[in-house]
Amino acid sequence: MRHLLSINDLSASDAIGILDTATELARINDGQVKKLPTLRGRTIVNLFAEDSTRTRISFEAAAKRLSADVINFSAKGSSLSKGESLKDTAQTLQAMGADAVVIRHSASGAAQRLADLEWMSGSVINAGDGTHEHPSQALLDAFTIRKHLGKGASDLKGLRIAIVGDVLHSRVARSNVLLLSMLGADVVLVAPPTLLPVGVESWPATISYDFDSVIPNVDVIMMLRVQQERMIDLFFPNSREYSRYFGLNSERMSAMAKHAIVMHPGPMNRGLEIAADVADSARSVIVEQVTNGVNVRMAILYVLLAGGPLEVGSN
Amino acid sequence: MSVALSAQDISRALTRISHEILEKNHGSSEITVLGIPTRGAHLAARIAAIMSSIEGKEIAHGTLDITLYRDDLRLRAPRAIMPTSIPPIGIQGRDVILIDDVLYSGRTIRAALDALGEVGRPRTVQLAVLVDRGHRQLPIRADFVGKNLPTSEKQSVRVSLTEIDGVDEVVIEGETN
Repeated sequence: MRHLLSINDLSASDAIGILDTATELARINDGQVKKLPTLRGRTIVNLFAEDSTRTRISFEAAAKRLSADVINFSAKGSSLSKGESLKDTAQTLQAMGADAVVIRHSASGAAQRLADLEWMSGSVINAGDGTHEHPSQALLDAFTIRKHLGKGASDLKGLRIAIVGDVLHSRVARSNVLLLSMLGADVVLVAPPTLLPVGVESWPATISYDFDSVIPNVDVIMMLRVQQERMIDLFFPNSREYSRYFGLNSERMSAMAKHAIVMHPGPMNRGLEIAADVADSARSVIVEQVTNGVNVRMAILYVLLAGGPLEVGSN
Repeated sequence: MSVALSAQDISRALTRISHEILEKNHGSSEITVLGIPTRGAHLAARIAAIMSSIEGKEIAHGTLDITLYRDDLRLRAPRAIMPTSIPPIGIQGRDVILIDDVLYSGRTIRAALDALGEVGRPRTVQLAVLVDRGHRQLPIRADFVGKNLPTSEKQSVRVSLTEIDGVDEVVIEGETN
């Protein structure tokens, strides 16, 4: 495997391999060892053409714990803001000897384009492209779910997972539906009809418009951020109405199964899709998702970069 | 293909190694046994069990995965990372006995020394292997050896253990030259 662009690049056993690797790395990170020599001498470029806190820092921490050199590169303060094309940027990175590029871009398919056109020889890791996919987020969500509810199994068979809110604009939702269903979970999407994408019927998930009827029957409730910056049209009358029907408040949380957990990929709109007391409750694993993100991204970098370009040499 | 060590040979070798380790270290009080996954980890558990029964007390033992410290990672497809478990007493100031199945190039042991350095500073590090097949690429030697097997580089040595393979056996495969 050279690139990670979409969950579709992975088989179930690839995905489980990444989760297992992350589990071992988490054990190492919990101990006294915080730095591993594995990627010493490799250069990883974080190319963030769209704002990000968690993902960029998480990839940076992951790369540094594996001893790679990290170059951070954001649209603001680089020639991207002067209108330099993706191709010219990629060729610059190639000339500098980047072994991998972690790319976040507002255009769906940007990572795919970077990988397909062979502008550079390194690996491309999609850290979120427009409303398309965010595979590392889905992997860290699957890791978090497996850790809490997996009961030692390697996959997620039999677990019921609700993904709630702005599915239309969410790359996190798309990647999660693909990955979680591939790992055997039943996924239900809960959203107003205006916030579901065209063709959602063909996704491996069921659809519900009634949040309250879904809540008691699921093991995981994953809230999505309402992406107001991507909303050109009016998708719901006002935020109070959205909250009333699709927001997770403490009353709804009390209807959840005893073991069920609450997730959110961040950043949260507290008071809109999730109430502050829910986000900070004992059921919420939102902060832990961030911790797990570093381990999962270390596993991704390990799988993509630690092996050689070709299987040469033998022992 | 020829059988170099039978199940009985392996059992005798492990018993002898266990006695040698105890003799050299004047008892077991400071010993931490660490096996290198996969087969070294099972050998470590067996040696720790034998030493425990000789000494009449529990011997600290665990596993040390060295995958992330290998210097040949870039030459191969990525390997799975195996569990590392350091016993609660740790390795600081202890006599660490590293255990592996086959000693060959010495690169695994070099990686293991790097991995140990991240965990702590042992008083001594000693190496016990079931088979030493020669062809070292680094200045590394074993302190305790089950059997020295002269081999050619074209041959391969396959160690089978009941815990994984259902049988205890060491086999040499391939041509002699």
